[in-house]
Amino acid sequence: MENVNFLYDLLGKNVISVLLIVSLPLMFVLVYALIAILAELKVSAWIQERLGPMRTGPWGILQPIAEVVKLIQKEDITPDRSSKLLYNLAPFIIFTGAYAAFAVIPFSEYFVPAGINLGLFYIFAVGSISAIGIVMGGWASNNKYSLMGAMRSVAQLISYEIPAAMAVLSIVVLASTMNMQEINKIQSGWFWNWFIFGGPGTLAKLWVIPFTLGLGLIYFISSLAETNRVPFDIPEGESELVAGFHTEYSGMKFAMFFFAEYANMFVVAAVLTTIFLGGWNSPFGDFMQGPFWGVFWFVSKAFTVVLVQIWIRWTLPRFRVDQLMYIGWKVLLPLSFICFMAVSLYVMLK
Amino acid sequence: MSDIKRLDLEYSQLESDRMRINVGPQHPSTHGVLRLEVEVDGEIVTEVVPHLGYLHRCFEKHCEKMTYLQVIPYIDRLDYISAMNNEWPYVMALEKLMDIKVTDKVEYIRVIMAELNRIANHQIAVATFGLDAGAFTPFLFFFRDREYIIWILEKMSGARLLYNYFRVGGLAADVYPGFKEDCLNIVKQVRKTNAEVMDLLIYNKIFIQRSANVGILTPEVAINFACSGPVLRGSGVKFDLRKDEPYSIYDRFDFDIPVGTGEVGVVGDCWNRNMVRVNEMEQSCRIIEQAIAQMPDEGDVKALVPKRIKPPKGEVYMRAENPKGELGFYIVSNGTDKPERIKARGASFVNLSVIPEISKGYMFADLILILGSIDIVLGEVDR
Amino acid sequence: MLPNEIYDTLKTEFGDAVIEYNDQQPTDSFILIGADNLFDICHTLRDKDAFLFDYLMCLTAMDLGENVGVVYHLYSMTHKHRLVLKVTAPKTDPKIPSVEMIWRTADWHEREAFDLIGVNFEGHRNLIRILCPYDWEGHALRKDYVAPEYYHNMKVSY
Repeated sequence: MENVNFLYDLLGKNVISVLLIVSLPLMFVLVYALIAILAELKVSAWIQERLGPMRTGPWGILQPIAEVVKLIQKEDITPDRSSKLLYNLAPFIIFTGAYAAFAVIPFSEYFVPAGINLGLFYIFAVGSISAIGIVMGGWASNNKYSLMGAMRSVAQLISYEIPAAMAVLSIVVLASTMNMQEINKIQSGWFWNWFIFGGPGTLAKLWVIPFTLGLGLIYFISSLAETNRVPFDIPEGESELVAGFHTEYSGMKFAMFFFAEYANMFVVAAVLTTIFLGGWNSPFGDFMQGPFWGVFWFVSKAFTVVLVQIWIRWTLPRFRVDQLMYIGWKVLLPLSFICFMAVSLYVMLK
Repeated sequence: MSDIKRLDLEYSQLESDRMRINVGPQHPSTHGVLRLEVEVDGEIVTEVVPHLGYLHRCFEKHCEKMTYLQVIPYIDRLDYISAMNNEWPYVMALEKLMDIKVTDKVEYIRVIMAELNRIANHQIAVATFGLDAGAFTPFLFFFRDREYIIWILEKMSGARLLYNYFRVGGLAADVYPGFKEDCLNIVKQVRKTNAEVMDLLIYNKIFIQRSANVGILTPEVAINFACSGPVLRGSGVKFDLRKDEPYSIYDRFDFDIPVGTGEVGVVGDCWNRNMVRVNEMEQSCRIIEQAIAQMPDEGDVKALVPKRIKPPKGEVYMRAENPKGELGFYIVSNGTDKPERIKARGASFVNLSVIPEISKGYMFADLILILGSIDIVLGEVDR
Repeated sequence: MLPNEIYDTLKTEFGDAVIEYNDQQPTDSFILIGADNLFDICHTLRDKDAFLFDYLMCLTAMDLGENVGVVYHLYSMTHKHRLVLKVTAPKTDPKIPSVEMIWRTADWHEREAFDLIGVNFEGHRNLIRILCPYDWEGHALRKDYVAPEYYHNMKVSY
């Protein structure tokens, strides 16, 4: 675990540095969530030929802050006949699940909060915590819409975790490590060394590129489903289930769900960036390569993925439950297995 | 052997209950204050019971206390997103009772107004149907265009939504300068947006998967339930009052009746109902273009408007093709200036009654789409 | 077929049950029939090849003072002709056979007529109020209707 955290080098291993390391991603999440909310508002507006929010600050850039202030002021309602403990616990569990994943995300060559060797495994492990929170919130609300939303959500999360895990597993086979920092280091150099283009290798890797591209796509689609984004936003499908599992939540508890959703979006984007798009590596060899540029490249790549998620949200209609399951089990899962086989074969032959 | 028996017992204990869900009166996609009591088996809808009346405004009782002219603004509030169309059968019924023949110019303006409003209504219908399926962007594309149409109607009548523009024997006001150019521009804009939405929504793969083969309404059932408008035509029945019982001057225009073709899915499903509306917009554009070309410039639109409306004793049922379907007014006159009885046969009311019939066995999410494809306005359902 | 031809055909088939034919202008010409045979007549009108009135446009109930009347506006999708039927029943015992089994659309129309005028449609499978609340009292469209002072302890008149 040496050399993964510039703060350890700077301050030595003590309480302050550990606290700083823990709080840096938190600050990042808060700032990122505000920017992502603004991006969602503005991108949706531009897609729909509107201006979006324009009144709060220049071009409305203070709108997310206004929204947060509004949500803080709102009355915190707990339904009378809800299960109080679970109801109040659920948003925190969901946010914890989303935030815990940040522990292994490599922001730069010299900064990853916890450079454990099983980073990818860890991400999938804590990613499932949010499912527990969703079920808790949905069940404890004592609302039929919430219950249906929670049931749908869990079915969806479980179904789509498998193709996503298969896609990640293929890259693990290629990289022969689960440490995200190591995976990043393997992909250094020009952008054709990224795993979405088959990783570093000779021209013999050309035949595996379609499969790795497919894996990238499979992971992206599954990640949309895991974060409950359109076209897979069935758990909260507003036209039928009002707001799904968080129908009854208001005020800051609702804001926690909101933050968790955006944090989750970033986590899946970060994983996609790390394992497929070269992480903090510059796409152009040594050009703008370095620890500080690493943060820039990583965040901009991840944010591009987030923007694509937003773009898709405002373009596509929503799937139905059975269609969602069909895509998950009968389309994505076999495809991911085929790609996995192809990648394994490539690794064996290499 | 005994093991199997024990298992059977456990499975029978596992049998799940059905759940009754209230959809509405406050719900984002009931298009108003409709309450549907839905029984679901997991996600499958097993029973739908509509409960109406949350917007009941005693329209018919009000009418009996008012003069004929005072009724017109209330009629706007039936189907409040196609108010121009609503007024038409009412004034036609009174014109029939009082034997008034309106001038050509009035007829042309009425046709243009009605068709513009029909486009505006179908834009909302298609947009909200897309919204029910989760597509938000086409909704705002349509609303942007609808705004231009509403501006024209506002310039004509002075109101954005509830126009109070038709009069017995004429109209409230003449056209404004530049009216024809505005209409032709709108027609261009509507066609452009429709082409855009075709790509974005109508032929979108997900949208087709969602709406095709869902909520199939066979022609026999549709006729037996007296469905009308796009709901009936979506089932493949080529019936349009503008062609089959041409009122006003619709026999002078060349236009087609779009019906559900089964191009995607089955005739009578949600996709085909929706497609009929999209095609009807194009037909309305054609009618507007022809009407603009034929419309006479001279003429007073208020010349024949009687000072006092006092129809002779009699009863008349007049119906017209509204965007939602057939809107009929049964007016009983007792010879005074107040009606004895006015019954409004709203298309939404009748079309909605088919919901319990066609939504059984589909998924809960489909029920919302079926409701959206029927295109109801609660103002007309509850009156 | 014109209404008077329909009237003649019905008259030969049902005799006294078909009471009167009226075509005074400007009223739409209508046929007045007795309530007892309404169901059979409607069934004939829907299924006989010469009529084929498969489309019930409108069903209106109205207060006629002593009586209540129900008006049926029929249309044929095949022959494109229309017909108006009228039935009356005494207000004290407003019983009229239901045509809900013939035209399903009559279901809600009859519920509305029951709700607002108080016509008792015999044979209707679910004759409950539709526009007013289920526990509302009185029938609002009757000419002698007086709104209740209170509904569930809420003041009605404003």
